Amino acid sequence: MAIIPLRKMTKGQRGTIHRVTARGELGRRIRDMGLVPGTPFQVQGRAPLKDPVAIRLRNFTLTLRNSESDFIEAEVEETL
Amino acid sequence: MINPGKNLIAMAGNPNCGKTTLFNAITGAHQHVGNYPGITVEKKEGYCQVNGIQMQLVDLPGTYSLTAYSPEELVARNFLIQDRPSVVINIVDSSNLERNLYLTVQLLELGVPVLIALNMVDMAASRGVEINYKELGRRLRLPVIPTVARTGKGKAELLEATVQMAQKVDGWEPLHISYGPDIDPVLDKMEAQIQPSGFLTDLHHGRWTALKYLETDEEVIRKGRERDRAVSDKLEELAEQVSQHLQKTLDSYPEAIIADHRYGFITALLKEGVVKQNYKADRLFLSDQLDRVLINRFFGPVLMMLIIYGVYLFTFTYSRAPVEWLGAAFSALGRFADSSLPPGPLKSLLISGVIDGVGGVLGFVPLILFMFFAIAFLEDTGYLARVAYMLDRIFRTFGLHGSSVMAYIISGGIAGGCAVPGVLATRTLRSPRERIATLITAPFMNCGAKLPVFAMLIAAFFPEKEAQLMFVLTILSWIAALLIAKLIRSTVLRGPSTPFLLELPPYRLPTFKGLLIHTWERAWQYVRKAGTIILAFSILFWALMSFPGLPKSEKELYDQIRGSILAEAPQGVRKSLLNSKASAESSNAETAPYRLRLQGVDYEEAHAALKNSIAGRIGSALATITASKNGFDWRINVALLSGIAAKEIILSTMGTAYSLGWSRRGEKIPLSGRLAADPSMTPLKAFSLIIFIMLYAPCLATITCIIRESSWKWGLFSMTFNTAAAFIISMLVYRGGIWLGLG
Repeated sequence: MAIIPLRKMTKGQRGTIHRVTARGELGRRIRDMGLVPGTPFQVQGRAPLKDPVAIRLRNFTLTLRNSESDFIEAEVEETL
Repeated sequence: MINPGKNLIAMAGNPNCGKTTLFNAITGAHQHVGNYPGITVEKKEGYCQVNGIQMQLVDLPGTYSLTAYSPEELVARNFLIQDRPSVVINIVDSSNLERNLYLTVQLLELGVPVLIALNMVDMAASRGVEINYKELGRRLRLPVIPTVARTGKGKAELLEATVQMAQKVDGWEPLHISYGPDIDPVLDKMEAQIQPSGFLTDLHHGRWTALKYLETDEEVIRKGRERDRAVSDKLEELAEQVSQHLQKTLDSYPEAIIADHRYGFITALLKEGVVKQNYKADRLFLSDQLDRVLINRFFGPVLMMLIIYGVYLFTFTYSRAPVEWLGAAFSALGRFADSSLPPGPLKSLLISGVIDGVGGVLGFVPLILFMFFAIAFLEDTGYLARVAYMLDRIFRTFGLHGSSVMAYIISGGIAGGCAVPGVLATRTLRSPRERIATLITAPFMNCGAKLPVFAMLIAAFFPEKEAQLMFVLTILSWIAALLIAKLIRSTVLRGPSTPFLLELPPYRLPTFKGLLIHTWERAWQYVRKAGTIILAFSILFWALMSFPGLPKSEKELYDQIRGSILAEAPQGVRKSLLNSKASAESSNAETAPYRLRLQGVDYEEAHAALKNSIAGRIGSALATITASKNGFDWRINVALLSGIAAKEIILSTMGTAYSLGWSRRGEKIPLSGRLAADPSMTPLKAFSLIIFIMLYAPCLATITCIIRESSWKWGLFSMTFNTAAAFIISMLVYRGGIWLGLG
């Protein structure tokens, strides 16, 4: 297992939320949408200009800007 | 008899949970859209009868949470706290249960009596999700009613349960959930501080107040400080202590721990026998399959352009006929008033002020209807969220939001739009700073009223280059709008962008009834709220253009000239000139020359009266600055001033202002011809004028809508700031052109 920021994840990759480091409004919004530690998710893809990123979690699709995904750390399977 | 306070029901839920569809199904046409005082969040109210009991329903704005960060959430929360509805119907999307229940948990923490409408159970079933709603209700100790808002299934049971609950409940009973060993003891300690002092307990339970202090909720803390500084300080101290402790030991914050435990509570709630997944969750559903194409790297943007163009065509093509009918009806009314009223200021007020004003207000209604219909369709299907997703990267660079594109396009981003529906289209934008920046800059786009003015100037000074120049002007308006948006966002509206975090809801087909109600309510709101202000403004502008009129001596002079022309004419001709009010078309070869001379005198008089009017004097005063800086003399200034009433009026005012010499050759020369022949006018001045018209103050109808969608402050700002921007940029064009030797 490795811990990497969500921004570094690629399309189709699965992971589990490890930590959300944002505070204030952004932190609250991220948590409100269900991105709390232990939540499994999958990267669905990126917008045509590579930003924002779309992820699938808890049966819905959420998009967030790359700058916002910097505050989210995910646990992923190590790839060789 | 039922207690009158008992029949107020609130509806709360996430965006896209089918809340509004259910609200429409329950209230039907018995609803009303307004605004919460002082802010632009829509307030939807409606009525319904259950067992002979009249119930008042309030559809709260769709929210994911109940924080103090967004006006929507604050409105929803304050409504619950202040208006104390007897029951909150919490609409929960059953195909997206976990996240929807997060709001439910917050409602329960607050303590309001909640009843769950488990909506879209058909959709969940088709996805293989089976929910034991009875067990869910038992665990939460509240009624859970399965519904399908689209078909109205479960509606009767829901209302029945609501009425029953409303009669039974007394008082609020907050749900206590555990937030773990670090938070729980502090909550108890804080509650012990709160209860004896009665700190905010008239509004909400002590535990909830304590929870909000731990979450550093600015609104609650502000209220607390106002109420009792000592208690508030003590609570803030306790919250700070636990916050520091958590940062040291867990590298976390109270608000994060609290959110974790809320989701933990939900997970536990749904375990063992509540939710059954019948087949694999990973299956690709229709919605995901559609997204493979619709937000594809290559097809996505192409299809998006086609769809946005389709919205534009829909709004402006189908509304053309009704706009023309309305225009024809009002000009007929104007002609009727013209022929049946005695001449004088009252007649002028009625025709130029009132009839034109009301016509101006109603003329936008078809556009607004079609725009809201199209936007509501895109929003309800879920496509608008995809547009924001695909375009956000571009618009964010300029401090805007992906959704800003709709307001720009409708305003004239594709030349020929209209800023009035464009400004109203910003309602889909929920980020406050981005929204204001869009409101201020959308009127830079080339709307349909500016186009004939451009066309006339291009025909006069750049003939045979119309198509190329119009294209250049469209590009220029986009560049100006985006750059000025950036400027605004880094100065008066400075601040970090609002978190994007946008849900891409599954594609759904909206109900036709819902679209119609949505469209109709908003158009009616425009007529009621904006219409009166626009009417008042147009009367004000009529007065600016009409008063003080010509001094008596000058008026007599024109009467004398008319008299002498009539005296020259033979008897029969004179009679027909005096009698018929018909236009020159009905005159024969004999009367025509006299009629033209008379008209010439009329035009000269109108010209002199315009120059002498308040607007004309302002125009002349401004000319001392604008003549050297922008190349505008008093005639252009007065036309620009009149254009604030409505941009197409620039043409008719210029017609009056440039009418000198009209009768010299006794034939009608079009305005563009007169301008081209005017030695004081040059192509450079004309281009500077085009740029100025593109950018300066929005028309009154648009300003009024900006005021309605934000505040008076921003309405006035759009008027002065946009005019200042127009002045500076057109000056750069003009002076730069002269410097380059183009003058």
